[in-house]
Amino acid sequence: MRIPVSWIRELVTVPADQSGRDIAHRLINAGLEVETVDTVGEGLRGPIVIGRVLEIEELTEFKKPIRWCQVDVGEASPRGIICGARNFAVGDLVVVAPPGTTLPGDFTITARETYGHVSDGMICSERELGLGDDHGGIIVLPPNTANPGADAAPILGVGDEVLDIAITPDRGYALSARGIAREVAIAYGVHFTDPAHRIETLPAPAGERAPLGCASDDLEACPLFTLRTITGIDPSVPTPQWMVNRLRDCGMRSVSFAVDVTNYVMLELGQPLHAFDLDALQGPIRVGRAKPGEHLETIDHVDRTLSTDDLTIRDDRGAIGLAGVMGGAHSEIGDTSRNIALEAAYFASPVIARMGRRHRLSSEASRRFERGIDRVLAPIASARAAELLVDLAGGHYQGMTAVEAPMDVPTIEMSADLPAQVAGMPIDRFTSTSILQAVGCDVTGGDVLTVTPPSWRPDLREPSDLVEEVVRIVGYDHLPSTLPTAPAGHGLTHAQRLRRRVGTTLAARGLVEVLTYPFVGDVDADALRLAGDDPRRATPRLANPLSEEQPALRGALLPTLLAAAQRNVGRGLTDIAIFEIGSVFLGSAGADDPPRPGVSARPTDTQWASLEALLPQQPMHVAAVWSGMRTPKGWWGPAQPFTWADAVAGAMSVLDTCGVHALAQQATDAPFHPGRCAAITVDDSVIGYAGELHPSVVEALGLARGTCAMELDLDAVVKATPAVRPAPVFSTHPVAKEDLALVVADGVSVAALEQAVRTGAGDLLEEITVFDVYRGDQVPAGHTSVAFALRFRAPDRTLAAEEIARARQGAIDAAAALGARLR
Amino acid sequence: MSGPNTNFDPKQVAALGDESVEAMVDAALADIAGAANLDALKAARLAHAGDKSPLALANREIGALPPAAKAEVGKRVGAARGRIGAALDAREAVLLRERDEQVLLAEAVDVTVPVVTHPIGGRHPLTTLMERMADVFISMGYDIAEGPEAEAEWANFDALNVPPDHPARTMQDTFYVESPDSGVVLRTQTSPIQIRAMLERQLPIYVVAPGRVFRTDELDATHTPVFHQIEGLAVDVGLTMADLKGTLDHLARQMFGEGVNTRLRPSYFPFTEPSAEVDLECFVCHGASVDNPDRPCRTCGSEGWIEWGGCGMVNPRVLRAVGIDTGTYRGFAFGMGIERTLMFRNGVTDMRDMVEGDVRFTRAFGVEA
Repeated sequence: MRIPVSWIRELVTVPADQSGRDIAHRLINAGLEVETVDTVGEGLRGPIVIGRVLEIEELTEFKKPIRWCQVDVGEASPRGIICGARNFAVGDLVVVAPPGTTLPGDFTITARETYGHVSDGMICSERELGLGDDHGGIIVLPPNTANPGADAAPILGVGDEVLDIAITPDRGYALSARGIAREVAIAYGVHFTDPAHRIETLPAPAGERAPLGCASDDLEACPLFTLRTITGIDPSVPTPQWMVNRLRDCGMRSVSFAVDVTNYVMLELGQPLHAFDLDALQGPIRVGRAKPGEHLETIDHVDRTLSTDDLTIRDDRGAIGLAGVMGGAHSEIGDTSRNIALEAAYFASPVIARMGRRHRLSSEASRRFERGIDRVLAPIASARAAELLVDLAGGHYQGMTAVEAPMDVPTIEMSADLPAQVAGMPIDRFTSTSILQAVGCDVTGGDVLTVTPPSWRPDLREPSDLVEEVVRIVGYDHLPSTLPTAPAGHGLTHAQRLRRRVGTTLAARGLVEVLTYPFVGDVDADALRLAGDDPRRATPRLANPLSEEQPALRGALLPTLLAAAQRNVGRGLTDIAIFEIGSVFLGSAGADDPPRPGVSARPTDTQWASLEALLPQQPMHVAAVWSGMRTPKGWWGPAQPFTWADAVAGAMSVLDTCGVHALAQQATDAPFHPGRCAAITVDDSVIGYAGELHPSVVEALGLARGTCAMELDLDAVVKATPAVRPAPVFSTHPVAKEDLALVVADGVSVAALEQAVRTGAGDLLEEITVFDVYRGDQVPAGHTSVAFALRFRAPDRTLAAEEIARARQGAIDAAAALGARLR
Repeated sequence: MSGPNTNFDPKQVAALGDESVEAMVDAALADIAGAANLDALKAARLAHAGDKSPLALANREIGALPPAAKAEVGKRVGAARGRIGAALDAREAVLLRERDEQVLLAEAVDVTVPVVTHPIGGRHPLTTLMERMADVFISMGYDIAEGPEAEAEWANFDALNVPPDHPARTMQDTFYVESPDSGVVLRTQTSPIQIRAMLERQLPIYVVAPGRVFRTDELDATHTPVFHQIEGLAVDVGLTMADLKGTLDHLARQMFGEGVNTRLRPSYFPFTEPSAEVDLECFVCHGASVDNPDRPCRTCGSEGWIEWGGCGMVNPRVLRAVGIDTGTYRGFAFGMGIERTLMFRNGVTDMRDMVEGDVRFTRAFGVEA
């Protein structure tokens, strides 16, 4: 809501020394968020004067039509001024900036030759003067506004300050000069005269024409509907400049006098009004639900298909307006409309909000109805508008028809010390009472206050709402600062601790954490060569994705992590190791008719379970990508690329961090190279994969051949983690070392061979490491030599040579079962 | 054990004669003096002072001497061993010095060549900042609560006093999962974790909930559709707005230094009543830049205060929705944007740097932002 300070000052006696910024500061402290304070015509220096156009010569020899005007600016002779605008005629009053005047944007007017004439000044538009955004043409003032030569600045409201206030959804009343002025009055502790209490001087109905009848078919949605009939207005009467200025400063545009009046009264009091062209209506007006499939062209010239959820204003022929949102084009006030039916009504907030959402339509009216307007204001506001139409446009008032349901007047009981209790500072009963009264409440009672909120505050429904009013006006800056004592806490959970440690481990290994958006599409799944039935494809989709190409939630981290890798490579960062820890989304989500428990009591366990059942599975994953060189070229030697081994080692480092014993097993899974992919297993179940990416995948993504990756189900890892890790028992007796080189045929994995050796070597084996894997001339074709270093140790003695030999032979025998022989 | 030696035969013990011992010492001293390096000296030590050196072998014969001669010969041999030992030590000192001065010098390398072939990576500053903020609360006895990113609409809106068609729903542009009526949204705030905490935990409740949230904003320098918040919730007997203010002040001081305060401004959130915006006193200029064009402050835009988040007393409607007795319990809640905090705290100027995954960005923060 934009509001000029001059309007506030008209309604409240603010101390004269208070600037717009001072007022803004007070309002901010009271909870109205003033975003900016602008000055009308900021940057305008030097005089601007009223001019009357005496002659217009059309210059047609240029690319665009140009006018050479003679303008009387109150001097001895008129000035010749070149003007490109066309929205004025001889006799019109315009605004002239003479040479020497500087316009906003530091543009100083000079008398200069242009289009073959010396232009002795400039005829200005709103935007050129920094008054508003309108650049549709130059300013044309209503006739008789002032004489040529008069100072135009005060007439245009130059120098006035304008507050732009972001009104929160609970404060619908503040979408009006009336509401903001009340807040200013409270903030300054000065008297406030409610403009809605002004006694209007509307004449008695002229009796020339019966007022149009009205009815409401839905008293829940529309408990108050009024219609005033005014005939015989002069459609040519211009809107007075003071009203144009205020509309402009509030961010609205002058349209025609009748429409301007409805907007002006809405800005003043907060009651949306709508003026129908009476002659375009047929029969009485009813408020009711639309018929299914009914069409209505709204004044924005959009043809809208209505549903029975839509509340409409109707005449005998059907819908003529979307209630509280926008009128219909057919009955819109036009240039020649003389007879008006003026609607002022109360529509229930949820009804209007739903319509606005369905039609994706927000208007000045709907913004107010959505937030809740003053329940009793409609006839007062429409009287004010009718009065202006009668007084300023010669209208004949023909009377009002109305329908109204009985009104609920809720009261709230509040313990008088509740504001102090909630705030944690002393606030006495007198303070609370007087603040609530200033806000507009009726307050009675003693230890328990009985509070009747004013009709314009539908947001005040509970004691806590009243507490906020009291404390905000006392001032949040008076709150003390105290610390509550929480009971002894539990620290991080096991999973939370491990997630942190996994991140630190990977970072210590040189990996860089990135956080990617979880949005993917088929194109990502295709690039990763995921099979058609891969569960990572069957993930929940968004109803309103940011990009149609990525409408789904990710079922794995790798697609978006690889996209981040791609971005880095695209920026010339070709040697990278990155990781992400984040949620993935698997399975289905939502229901056609989801449960919607109430909110007045705790949901039952069954209800809560049914809500949880709507959600997809969202396990936490960890994934990493390695691309390019692991070690750069340097004085130590040539560069070395990342390989599948880095990926498997990276995955194992996560498991080691968590204290989980895992095995790598030969596997094939997208998006990996079918011969260079390890399934990482814990207790025989696969918890992820690591290895080199499939050449087609890296090609599709523009990454280096050999790029590697891993992805693990981190929740599964955490679950496999021992809660307490037992201390090791180790021997201090001497170690015996034995090396063993075994030749096996292809098809036996190193892991299988190692497992056999480990088993065969028996309990004395302390450690086994593979120190060489060789294929070549020294072993038969189709065979590999695997060399193990074995360390034997007994818990209680020095091993004898025979014991060691026995253990070694046991290992050889066990390996022989896999077809291995000693090299 | 041998008996007393009464048959003294000088020939048999010639090696213990004065001249003989002297010759051994001379030979030893010559070898020691001639040892050119520590290895040669080690050989000389073995030859002349080892178990099988001539002197050691001769020494074994002392036992064969008559008691009268033992003392004199023992003295002689001891003196000889002493001289050799001293010569060895002296020579060793010289040779060690020589080695330190020459040999190690020749082995010198340029230790300023690049040695870090595998630098550490980094953790995302948003992650570490969230951990750091959470740890402030852990130290106060709070627990960290969690919840899903795809969340029941009921928990994200209804239970937080945002009924269907409430204008507050349009304040937050929501990603709907599957369909606008499926009952599932990507959580628009971490506040649904409040609902979960209150449904799942015993009273009193003191939790913080860092997490990722979603709104349908296009990515630009100051907006991102996926961002992070940290939510705080306390529900206990007798909690006050002063407690809320004190808690936020404590957080501000832990994160930005002693003496930094917060300011509450009245505002509106459906799930709190009263509600407030939280401003942070500028930790760089402490307000000195306000109305002082000579000392502009980039961190606060010379405002003196930085908008940080929202807070308030938990709306009794929210407590009722989770079955907490509003007659006995009151709560406070607050939430801050992590991206925003990182921007003003660490001087990040473009939101896109946090989301694009450029490794240069995260690497710069290492493992602690």
